[in-house]
Amino acid sequence: MAGAKTHDYHILPPSIWPLVGSMSALTMASGGIMWMHSAPFGGWVFLLGLAGVLFTMFSWWSDVIREAHAGDHTPVVSLHLRYGMILFIASEVMFFVGWFWAFFDFALFPAPVEVINGATSIIASAKTVSLAPGVFPAKGIEVLDPFAFPLLNTLILLCSGTTVTWAHHALLKGDRKGLISGLWITILLGLLFSSIQAWEYAHAPFPFKGVNYGAAFYMATGFHGFHVIIGTIFLSVCLIRAYKGDFTAKQHFGFEAAAWYWHFVDVVWLFLFASIYVWGGWGAPVHGG
Amino acid sequence: MTDTTANALHFQGDHAHEHHHDADHKPAFFQRWFMSTNHKDIGTLYLIFAIFAGIIGGAISGLMRLELAEPGIQYLPLWAGTTNLDTALHMWNVLITAHGLIMVFFMVMPAIIGGFGNWFVPIMIGAPDMAFPRMNNVSFWLMIPAFTLLLGSTFVSGGTGNGAGTGWTVYAPLSTSGSPGPAVDMAILSLHLAGASSILGAINFITTIFNMRAPGMTLHKMPLFVWSVLVTAFLLLLALPVLAAAITMLLTDRNFGTTFYDASGGGDPELYQHLFWFFGHPEVYIMILPGFGIVSQVISTFSKKPVFGYLGMAYAMVAIGVVGFVVWAHHMYTTGMSVNTKMYFTAATMVIAVPTGIKIFSWIATMWGGSLSFKTPMLWAMGFIFMFTVGGVTGVVLSNGGIDDVVQDTYYVVAHLHYVLSLGAVFSLFAGFYYWFGKMTGRQYNELLGQLHFWIFFVGVNVMFFPMHFLGLEGMPRRIPDYPDAFAYWNHIATNGYFMMAVGMVIFFINVFWSMFAGPKVEGNYWGEGATTLEWTLSSPPPYHQFETLPRID
Repeated sequence: MAGAKTHDYHILPPSIWPLVGSMSALTMASGGIMWMHSAPFGGWVFLLGLAGVLFTMFSWWSDVIREAHAGDHTPVVSLHLRYGMILFIASEVMFFVGWFWAFFDFALFPAPVEVINGATSIIASAKTVSLAPGVFPAKGIEVLDPFAFPLLNTLILLCSGTTVTWAHHALLKGDRKGLISGLWITILLGLLFSSIQAWEYAHAPFPFKGVNYGAAFYMATGFHGFHVIIGTIFLSVCLIRAYKGDFTAKQHFGFEAAAWYWHFVDVVWLFLFASIYVWGGWGAPVHGG
Repeated sequence: MTDTTANALHFQGDHAHEHHHDADHKPAFFQRWFMSTNHKDIGTLYLIFAIFAGIIGGAISGLMRLELAEPGIQYLPLWAGTTNLDTALHMWNVLITAHGLIMVFFMVMPAIIGGFGNWFVPIMIGAPDMAFPRMNNVSFWLMIPAFTLLLGSTFVSGGTGNGAGTGWTVYAPLSTSGSPGPAVDMAILSLHLAGASSILGAINFITTIFNMRAPGMTLHKMPLFVWSVLVTAFLLLLALPVLAAAITMLLTDRNFGTTFYDASGGGDPELYQHLFWFFGHPEVYIMILPGFGIVSQVISTFSKKPVFGYLGMAYAMVAIGVVGFVVWAHHMYTTGMSVNTKMYFTAATMVIAVPTGIKIFSWIATMWGGSLSFKTPMLWAMGFIFMFTVGGVTGVVLSNGGIDDVVQDTYYVVAHLHYVLSLGAVFSLFAGFYYWFGKMTGRQYNELLGQLHFWIFFVGVNVMFFPMHFLGLEGMPRRIPDYPDAFAYWNHIATNGYFMMAVGMVIFFINVFWSMFAGPKVEGNYWGEGATTLEWTLSSPPPYHQFETLPRID
């Protein structure tokens, strides 16, 4: 059997990145723990680890792009990449299931708490054995008006979903200018979304700490926002590659993966918007309303 | 692809993929073992890692059995190096936590999925490697920081002493306000990293199994071990992210002031249990399903018959995987859920006995009328069927919400879970280890030592775990280092069982070391006509890159 392989699979040479990435992850985790417990230099150790992780990602995916140019991504290998991306998105969906689970637990089985002057307290019950009934969001919480900025953000993300599809169709027709324009607009819409979210966080009337509504709201929408940023970076990498002429009408899986990811982020937002912003705040006093 | 002459001088250029033309050309030491992209080498690393973790986890159970040998607190203050009883008792919590987490995440999973899965899934489907060989390596290397964090946590403050003393379930509020020190944060991030490793591994296995089967190897011709890893990979992919969310909430509750699990802020401690067990129940199938696969291969080989009811066996695993996602709250019967909810979870849980029964009876039917040979792997596989059935029967008992009210958190549960894991998953691991040892190393184990290991271990673990049924029914609670005199008799017996088992393990290690260096060399198919899967068509050990020309399956 000592001879050239006759199959189309990708047999890789040894790579240092898994080891570097794992050791960076260890540094990042250790630094994060030190930081959270106010140990000296904790933040710096964390940032060092983060830099290592980012460096690993950059180098590793650079290798993948080089391999694509070297012709290693045969049709079957390209299919592997597609499966890998879909499965990764499936795992991400389940991650968000966890956060939605927390939200619906709080919303459907409200705890007997109220917020007075920003402090959460358990509502005293008239009866001695059972607790008083609660409402969600807790009494004393003002929510954001879902049909102001959140609705605008919904439209922005939906719009960005169409512009990324525009970019895709341009790419399929070999129209690099259209691809670049579509990507630019998508990225700008993504940045706009993130900026509006940041502005809303800064002006939100309820706290992150101390109350279940704040915890569920900020962590669920926060992880979504984090994914929007990842998606924006992913699309930006595609934009750079588009300028370099990396994509052809036939082979451009990097772009497709970014687009899939972007649509996934979009769908998560629709669920967040419908469940948390609209349904979850229904009947509660609206901030500034 | 570029082509050069085989066996020519290899040099590493920019296009490093050029130096793979000799099927048995191995990279230098550091590249081979630290930068690996070879599924067999990564499998070997996983197995070594799992054995190392298993020694630590097993030693911890020795400490626990020693303390439990007699009523009263004998050793904990000595081991913890303190006269403070709270600190000493905290050490007990750390021991049970570490034992559970190590055995689940760092012994069984790396061995059965990372080890045997990596080694044999690609070969059994006729593939030259995994779909993502480089990502395969990061799955392994993420286990190192994960294990480092968990072991390191024992040296920093947890609750009333050093280490994470939360139990392997890491329930809030013990894991939040109850354990202020950084030890629990280390344990949480350890689980994050181990989880990331498993998710990446799951993506790799699913892609490999769906896309890299050799021509003619349809899904319905795949060996059952491959089926078992496929189902397991789906469970990992869908269950672990939920755990990640749950323990991220622990992390923010602990460090950033959120109140997911804190009732005083409107949070819900039971939410953690739901999220944990939504992961945790699939997790127990993650540990046992690949064992089912191994046992199917071994039983078939040593009965010289194909597995009885192949399709039923495959889809029974699929059914167990699917139903396994909707039974999680049977771990939470005593949390105050409604009777209707309990009835649902009782019924749904009992349904799992049906596909499990299909598997047990099909293994027996495979042996029925077969030409049996009782080599060491077969002994382990048969031991598995016996002992897993005992664990399965107590599982049906525990699935009843009404009965569970009485025995929850007693040694009855400890007995049950060790019958399905220590005598189930671990037996299947040993079956696989002896079955494939010659294939992986090229040298055969010693049959006498192997059988001696089996019998001593078999008797030892039964002496250790069977009395726990009695203790549990008598009401002895789990996770407690001291107990009334009434429980002394069976506890003493159980500790004797541990030492018996330990003797068996010494024999195992002697066997491994002897066989690795002095065992007789073996040919490709040393089990003969019963061994029909593709790994037996290759040399032992297989070439560094097998199937450079893909096999065809008729």
